[in-house]
Amino acid sequence: MAGNPITLDVRGLSCPEPVVRTKKYLDQGVSSLTVLTDSRVSMENIRRLATNSGLSFSSEAQNDEYLLDIRKEK
Amino acid sequence: MNTFVEVLDVNRFIVACGAIIGILAVLLVRFGNPANMGICLACFVRDIAGGLGLHRAAPVQYIRPEISGFILGSFLLALASGEFRSRGGSSPILRFFIAFAVMVGALVFLGCPMRMVLRLAAGDLNALVGLFGFIFGIFIGVFFLRRGFTLGRSYKQNRGNGLVMPVVSLGLLALVLIAPTFIFFSETGPGASRAPILISLAAGLIVGALVQRSRLCMAGGFRDIFLVRDPHLLYGTIAILAAAFLGNLALGYFKLGFVDQPVAHTNGLWNFIGLAIVGLGSTLLGGCPLRQTVLAGEGDTDAAMVFLGLLVGAAFAHNFGLAASPAGVTAVGQAGAITAALFLLVVGFTFTLPQVKIPAEGGVTHGR
Repeated sequence: MAGNPITLDVRGLSCPEPVVRTKKYLDQGVSSLTVLTDSRVSMENIRRLATNSGLSFSSEAQNDEYLLDIRKEK
Repeated sequence: MNTFVEVLDVNRFIVACGAIIGILAVLLVRFGNPANMGICLACFVRDIAGGLGLHRAAPVQYIRPEISGFILGSFLLALASGEFRSRGGSSPILRFFIAFAVMVGALVFLGCPMRMVLRLAAGDLNALVGLFGFIFGIFIGVFFLRRGFTLGRSYKQNRGNGLVMPVVSLGLLALVLIAPTFIFFSETGPGASRAPILISLAAGLIVGALVQRSRLCMAGGFRDIFLVRDPHLLYGTIAILAAAFLGNLALGYFKLGFVDQPVAHTNGLWNFIGLAIVGLGSTLLGGCPLRQTVLAGEGDTDAAMVFLGLLVGAAFAHNFGLAASPAGVTAVGQAGAITAALFLLVVGFTFTLPQVKIPAEGGVTHGR
């Protein structure tokens, strides 16, 4: 996929908005998405969304925030 | 197609938590809580409002230690696991009034979603009608969420903000333990049915910690089916239902039917509408009343505002005759419920951010 991955900032959003917004992007066919969140709960929820959709998921903790990487496996 | 065993295994933590909570709820009744009311956020917050004299409905006045337990149990576990974070600022005043509306709806049904589950587990079919209403309300809430409903983001706050609710819980505990004369204790009615303080507190602490860690949420269970077809949270709810059902059978509390159920009425229309209001409001808030209370213990001050809205809503409901009773729903209660429902619908429609085009590549977006 050409271009930089999109970064979706869902910090501070209440349940289930982080998942709703992430899902909207994935449903539009975005194949590589970075999500920035500050809550372990939304990290877990987005991880479930990604794995239930058959996508690869990895997360990196940075201070109090999480950088999530979701991508379609080739 | 996953087998029952596979499902149980993958979701074992939330299922285990649900099972423990279901058993504790039945045990709380065994130790003195009102029938089918081992755990009820709406009833208990309403009882606390009464205990504090915020309303003067004599049968429902008691500062329930379970509530302090939920908040403190969540607080202590969140602190230990590094999840305690003071945060807030996501439409707090609106959350207060949404919670107010949720309480009005819950008092028309005579229970929060947790009590709905416990009543179902005891054979109260009025709660089944309520369940349909609850799911309907969540369905409407999901419609709003898909449209882009948002109360906006919260921000990190000074640590002291997040400590307020845990300290308030300690204050409530002190009041119920010391029992000064200006605090009310029902002598008849549901408020007089109570487990010993320490048992209530211990159960509350365990439940608070388990809900905090497992992210259990009665509303989320159904919401996630509609939104993302993920039954993870719902398995937790089902575990509570199953465990409480077995507990009720074992202790002889199970009675199948509509009529003469404890602290319940048979007005199906208003049982449906009452929990529809709760389902919709909970979906807009991001969690059912139990979840919000547990979040308040974690430092979420928006959830603390929800707690206050529930408290004031309960006081208001009993001061002005909005609350239902086993005799049924009052005309004022019906008017109050309709008002609450209309309010939530207006909020749902108006709190939508304008939709922004999704960028084709690059950039940071807030994804509207």
